Amino acid sequence: MSDRRRLAALLPAIVAAAVLAVIVRAVWSLPPEAEGLSVAVSRVAAESGIDNKITVVLLDLRGYDTLLEVAVLMLATVAVLSLREDRDALYRRISERAAPVLAALTRLLVPLALVVAVHLVWVGAVRPGGAFQAGAVLGAAGILLALSGYARPQWVGRGAMRSALAVGLLTFLGIAMLSIVAGGELLEYPEQSRKTLILVIEVLLTLSIGASLVSLFLSSASEGPKEAGR
Amino acid sequence: MSVVLDVLLIGTLLWVAVGALSEAKLFKSVVMFIVFGLFLAIAWLRLNAPDVALAEAAIGAGVTGALMLDAVGHLRHRTTPYPTHVEAEEAMADE
Amino acid sequence: MNPATLYPLAGAFLFATGVYGLLARKHLLHKVISGNFLGSGVFLVLIGLAGRSSAESPDPVPQAMVLTGIVVTVALTALALALIKRYHTATGLTTFDPVDEEQL
Repeated sequence: MSDRRRLAALLPAIVAAAVLAVIVRAVWSLPPEAEGLSVAVSRVAAESGIDNKITVVLLDLRGYDTLLEVAVLMLATVAVLSLREDRDALYRRISERAAPVLAALTRLLVPLALVVAVHLVWVGAVRPGGAFQAGAVLGAAGILLALSGYARPQWVGRGAMRSALAVGLLTFLGIAMLSIVAGGELLEYPEQSRKTLILVIEVLLTLSIGASLVSLFLSSASEGPKEAGR
Repeated sequence: MSVVLDVLLIGTLLWVAVGALSEAKLFKSVVMFIVFGLFLAIAWLRLNAPDVALAEAAIGAGVTGALMLDAVGHLRHRTTPYPTHVEAEEAMADE
Repeated sequence: MNPATLYPLAGAFLFATGVYGLLARKHLLHKVISGNFLGSGVFLVLIGLAGRSSAESPDPVPQAMVLTGIVVTVALTALALALIKRYHTATGLTTFDPVDEEQL
């Protein structure tokens, strides 16, 4: 009996060690220098005028992956929202007026976060940044607002949050299908408006991602325990 | 010199990761996970991936950590636990 | 030993840690944390290998893939946590098996 229990405790370690051996063997056998795709991407980036190679890969060369990724995020948000135990969780104020330090910090940080988010999405074409990072900062600002008691329920109507969630994916999808209608392939941007279209997609994606992260966090909001002394 | 930095960073990263899994208290586990996320962001910077570092710090450590802390708080309020296996199954069947 | 082999090996260790945690730890939150470690280990391998082209301008395609992966991981984690919370509300358990619950 205890032998079986000992085996059951040892089995995860054996499996983990086997997986480790396989991956280490695979990594070790790769050559230390390899060309990769960076030269090919640099060429495309130079043509399109966008310096940030990751933005080029994300929204232009592999735009289909990004489209599916946003769809996955929205699907997960819908699923988490539908699992919430409290219908008004999104629109209820989580806490009453916060402690003074938290309130002061919120007043300081949230406008700063908004500026940082706009900067990140704008400068994402030439420097590190982009839609996902800006959306995460926006989401963090929204969570901070909710936690500190500043977010009044009537600011976020039922339609506003859902529109914010939908607009990013719908725009991306629309622009992607437009290129099919215009005779090209999926997500083939026309030459002149490539930069503009990418910027439009990024800005709306930022809004959607921020709304999604805030919804993911707020969907578990509750009255708060009465006996915890808060 | 930079190899020493890399070795120290990776050592800390793996130590914190193992620590997050071996803690019995949930709150400590989640805090170690957030620390792990921040060290991972520094690792991305060492690997010349600033976009990934930004995303990891904000999303990987920040939002995931906040969600997990919220879950820990939620799990603390024990609803009346079902003492036997049979009652738990009945409860799940009712849902 | 250059970073291009050091970090992928670290990623391999992290992945193995995640596998162990997923199988051995009973609490559902620990399983979620282990799942995140699985993802982070793979990301370390990918970006570590991306540095092979040259240190100053690493290969951007694995980095874009990892960026996508981070967002998908947070979506997955959020859904897993929501399911754990509902499961706890429904049954009062934080593990899969009530037998394990007493051991925790």
